[in-house]
Amino acid sequence: MTPAAQAALLEVRRIGKRFGGLTALADVSLTIRSGEIYGLIGPNGAGKTTLFNVLTGLYVPDSGEFDFAGRNLSGQKAYRVVEAGIARTFQNIRLFGNMTALENVMVGRHVRTRAGAFGAILRTRSTRDEEQSIRRRARELLDYVAIGKQANAVSKNLSYGDQRRLEIARALATDPKLLALDEPAAGMNATERQELRRLLQKIRNDGVTLLLIEHDVKLVMGLCDRVAVLDYGKKIAEGEPAAVQKDPEVVRAYLGGALP
Amino acid sequence: MAKLAMQIERLRSHRYAPWIGLACIVLALLALPFALASVGTAWVRITNLAILFALLSLGLNIVVGFAGLLDLGYIAFYAVGAYCYALLASPHFGLHLPFWVILPIGAMVACLFGVLLGAPTLKLRGDYLAIVTLGFGEIVRIFLNNLSQPVNITNGPQGITLIDPFRIGPLDFSKTDVLGGAALSGPIKYYYLLLIVLVVVIVINLRLQKSRLGRAWIAIREDETAAQAMGINTRNVKLLAFAMGASFGGVAGGIFAATQGFISPESFVFVESIMVLSMVVLGGMGNIWGVILGAVLLSFVPELLRYTVEPAQKAMFGRMIVEPEVIRMLLFGLALVLMMLYRPAGLWPSKTRKREFEETEQE
Repeated sequence: MTPAAQAALLEVRRIGKRFGGLTALADVSLTIRSGEIYGLIGPNGAGKTTLFNVLTGLYVPDSGEFDFAGRNLSGQKAYRVVEAGIARTFQNIRLFGNMTALENVMVGRHVRTRAGAFGAILRTRSTRDEEQSIRRRARELLDYVAIGKQANAVSKNLSYGDQRRLEIARALATDPKLLALDEPAAGMNATERQELRRLLQKIRNDGVTLLLIEHDVKLVMGLCDRVAVLDYGKKIAEGEPAAVQKDPEVVRAYLGGALP
Repeated sequence: MAKLAMQIERLRSHRYAPWIGLACIVLALLALPFALASVGTAWVRITNLAILFALLSLGLNIVVGFAGLLDLGYIAFYAVGAYCYALLASPHFGLHLPFWVILPIGAMVACLFGVLLGAPTLKLRGDYLAIVTLGFGEIVRIFLNNLSQPVNITNGPQGITLIDPFRIGPLDFSKTDVLGGAALSGPIKYYYLLLIVLVVVIVINLRLQKSRLGRAWIAIREDETAAQAMGINTRNVKLLAFAMGASFGGVAGGIFAATQGFISPESFVFVESIMVLSMVVLGGMGNIWGVILGAVLLSFVPELLRYTVEPAQKAMFGRMIVEPEVIRMLLFGLALVLMMLYRPAGLWPSKTRKREFEETEQE
């Protein structure tokens, strides 16, 4: 099965976003296919996180649109995007710091559960069953990312690597089709990176498409099926990692112009 | 000594220990009004007021303690509930509906006001929200003060008098009944009623806290952006916090109007909002038991002072040197300073709140 034969999961068409005089994104188009690991790289300030924020509903794009799983989601509220199946993690970890690891993941189940105020007050049978299934699923996910032992630890007291894993578990709790990870390996040592890579491959093998912003070239090259390179808000290259790495535009963006 | 400790430990770990403990508390609460009445009926009234404030604090705790939305105009919902009751059960309009009809109406109208306040202010955070809610509280009070013209709805600053007391069958809550040899005065009947309402409200709060909704509230308080990114519809969930908190205020207000028999805008001034907020903060935001403790302490201590400061000074100096009111404020200030120094998270904080303050201490 070649990637080209697979269906497009996310189709981004000419997305633009400006902040005052600064053009953060200019006509960025890209297509992510179901089941692949897609890398988004580029120098600092290239617009990667801005694109993430647009795709996850935190920013409304100024122009362009994007379809996800056949639905136009551009400019939709964040909770709608999550409902449609895009989950994310943050570059600077944003856990609910004073809640336990388990509670964090349980919050992630919010969008897939229904119990309202009256169900909670009357503690109806369906509410109790739902609550139990939330708890069960949250425990499973903690085991899945290998921090099951930390379930009752307060999340801000977890080690850095475990916090990253917890954020992934919390995002997975929303049952995403596409998991968007903003620099998941930042601040990790070599061993942790190896483990992270295995975890991400496992997630992909379990049927979740991955979009990942990453600086670590080795990780991106080894993990991603395709990468896109952003520079000053524009996409300057896209393709298989090995090819993109040799692209003269990309070399220029990272290293500056050729020596005279 | 060691043997005694072991005995106690054995008793504590006994299967029935929690039930016996609960039974003792229930008995004590049931006997309390009679003990208080033997000292003076005023103390039963003070206790009733303390329970009312506990109800208010529990309502505000949903908004401030769980969802983290600072509301400085909470007393407005209390006012709405009280006026609902007063208008529907007094000679003012000649309506005399029974209380079990009015209380749900009061809760619903207060809920509506909660949404009315919540909807336009949802995008505001922190200080800005506090200012708007403060303004809202004042607007409601000023409306009540002035809605006597051109059509007399609230009777203005004179307030509404002769409000009906509660009636359950033959039991009239304004009169004393003799039941099985024991004299049940009006305040004692209200005490039992308030106790039942308080238990119901506590159960509702406990259940909400440990639900999908409660987690969403706490998540919003912790990090609103992350909560959005987890698929929480923050607008609706925050609105729900406002609405639920307001309904509790509305119910409390209705009972307040009935117990007092008279209400005026005077009862719903800004200081009252601050008072309820102080109860929530003093007891420990987010923790239901802490909030109740705060409400009870802040209702009783001023009254205790009123009854002790004057005689104590007379006995010591032969005359009164410092007014009880002044001493009360001095002690209030002292208590605030001590709290900030030693228990910044409240007397009995919730676990998550306590962690928050631990963090700031480390930094």
